[in-house]
Amino acid sequence: MEGFGVSLAFWILTGVTLVAALGVLASRNLLHAVLFLILLFVGMAGYFVLLSADFLAMAQVIIYVGAIAVLVLFAVLLTPRAGRNNGETRMFLPALLLCGTLLAIILFVITDTNWAVADESPSVTAADLGEALLSRWVLPFELASVLLTVALVGSIMLVRSREEEAEDAV
Amino acid sequence: MSFYDTWSAIMIAAIAGFILVFTALVGAKLLAPYARERGKDTSYECGMQPVGKNWAQVHVRYYLIAILFLIFDVETVFIFPWAITFLDLPRYAFYEMLVFIGVLAAGLVYAWRRGVLEWR
Repeated sequence: MEGFGVSLAFWILTGVTLVAALGVLASRNLLHAVLFLILLFVGMAGYFVLLSADFLAMAQVIIYVGAIAVLVLFAVLLTPRAGRNNGETRMFLPALLLCGTLLAIILFVITDTNWAVADESPSVTAADLGEALLSRWVLPFELASVLLTVALVGSIMLVRSREEEAEDAV
Repeated sequence: MSFYDTWSAIMIAAIAGFILVFTALVGAKLLAPYARERGKDTSYECGMQPVGKNWAQVHVRYYLIAILFLIFDVETVFIFPWAITFLDLPRYAFYEMLVFIGVLAAGLVYAWRRGVLEWR
């Protein structure tokens, strides 16, 4: 599978992903940051394709580019003061500290882990995944649907305004 | 089927799509005449002068739309690995999937009955 095309795709993806990550950091408009984040997620999906993890790439696009991005977008839209210029903020120093700590932890994990290369690549297809999901892992699978329904009911409770509740009480 | 057989079409489509959009945007930038003035940047060019900031908090009702999208989005990811193999799976797998979809459908019916899907 290794070849010029794969290397070229890898470097293009790396460029796109890094530019998107820098865009998330540097853009002062929160909405622009979210758009860069979506580009970043697409780049990650590309990496999964290069690793022959087709299902993971599909899930990355559907979950991250679809669901998570929409969630972040709506979190921004529902925040009253999210439209202000985010360039100067008192949170700069704590955020820098947090990012530095996170970077240190990630660097430690990267250097400390033994990155052994497997002799043969694992051939887990989406079909295997479906079989495992419906036999051995059926309980977490069904619980996921309950969790999603709970999220739906919770958001219904949030959306109902006071007037509507007063209407129902009559 | 090798890696290239599977993915080269998608890669070519991605590159072609990028080139199409990029050339269209750059071409418009180079060729179109521009006349910038303050009035053109306002929300309603021929209307009243807008008051306040250009940021309005979106009504919380949109949040429900987002959650509904998210739930059935995640459902797709769970159904997908089942859908490509369910002929080979034993019979109980089908009923397990019915339970999964049924619980989510119950949530949707609940939302419907409470009237939150109607735009008021």
